[in-house]
Amino acid sequence: MNRIPLLIVFLAAWCGIFAQTQFPSIFAWTGAPVSILPALTIYVALSHSIGIVTAFCVFASISLDSLSANRLGVSLLPLFACAFATHARQHLILRDQTYARLWLGLGAGVAVPFLTRVLLSYGPRTALGDLIGFDLVLSAGINALACPLCFAAFDRVRDVFDYKPIAESSFRPDRQIKRSRR
Amino acid sequence: MAACTVLVLALVLLNLPAGAAGRVKLAVSSLFLPMFGLAGASQSFVDRASYSLLTRDTLIAEVERLKKENGSLLLTAAQAQDLFAENARLRAAVGWTNRIPWKARLTRVIAREPTSFWRGATLDFGSSDGARIQLPVLTRDGLVGRIRAVTATQSQVALLGDPECGVSIVVRETRDLGILQDARTSNAGDGMITVRLLQSSPGVLAGHHVVTSGLGGVFPSGIPIGEIVDTRQIDGGLYTEARVRLGANFNRLEEVYVLMP
Repeated sequence: MNRIPLLIVFLAAWCGIFAQTQFPSIFAWTGAPVSILPALTIYVALSHSIGIVTAFCVFASISLDSLSANRLGVSLLPLFACAFATHARQHLILRDQTYARLWLGLGAGVAVPFLTRVLLSYGPRTALGDLIGFDLVLSAGINALACPLCFAAFDRVRDVFDYKPIAESSFRPDRQIKRSRR
Repeated sequence: MAACTVLVLALVLLNLPAGAAGRVKLAVSSLFLPMFGLAGASQSFVDRASYSLLTRDTLIAEVERLKKENGSLLLTAAQAQDLFAENARLRAAVGWTNRIPWKARLTRVIAREPTSFWRGATLDFGSSDGARIQLPVLTRDGLVGRIRAVTATQSQVALLGDPECGVSIVVRETRDLGILQDARTSNAGDGMITVRLLQSSPGVLAGHHVVTSGLGGVFPSGIPIGEIVDTRQIDGGLYTEARVRLGANFNRLEEVYVLMP
């Protein structure tokens, strides 16, 4: 299997986390940082094996926590819980339908920050904001929009980079009619 | 199997000692260094491009304005020097120890806090440059926060409004003491924050200035924080709560000063 599409997904997560720390004008406009990690997690959960899903969640959560005041590892469990639940039920999910992608993105956009906030409430430092606040609504909206876009973009990347299946020819040597003068 | 692995890994990470967790964070965040460099370079490129669009007349007007401002500041500095010497003499006469002057070190903000759980920023200023935990961070317009974590090349700042950045304040005009509350009760993002005064203070009015009191030992006294917008009596009139418009604009933090002892 070609690994380039997978590397591009990891790179997108890395760039997405970096982008969350930049562009203060977007922050001023939205009132909260914009994260598309839940949408990317849904894409990975429905497109790759459980090993890759786990590696993605560990990579994304540790990268996010390293740039944040979060305790290291606090965002791992919410991200993985979301990914694992989606991956375990992938045979029931209509992956190719846009409305399914949209609802999955919306669900992940709510679940990941909500679970992280619940975990943080058990920590030594109490996080800012309410359990259900504006940032949750923003995350739901952004990820609902981002999830179908992620599927469309990364499926296209996979089509570009994956090995093409060998085209079956209708020619069969055993059925060739051999003509001769005899 | 995967779920168990993640659970164990999460438990290990969450229970890492602070030093080890800090080193892991540093190692992982160093992966972003090329991106920070790229962002800084592109920002300076955009700045240079915008400078090249300025006309000669604009530049001359700016130089004239700066000359006037410089003259005024030199005069103020001369007066302050005189007051400083007088203050030192009086302190010596009374037997008080002299205040140690702070040095301001200019540094660049390279990142914001990526989550909405905390209010913070990352500075391009680490322990190799002399950064230490608790050092105050400010802009020309007022206090911004304090350093909460330091690595060799970067430091994380807890901004005003973060639960980790409590500040003891005083109203400059009335000398009423108070505490700057975290953003659970106010939103520092929109430039406003709530101050709870330690007693009912009907003399505190809109337009009064809020500065650091110097109590607590983290922030030196007299650093401007903001201006009172309105006040209200709380807890049956026992205390006064005031909304303060912060002097520093947190949405436009690019360069900040770190006060070095």
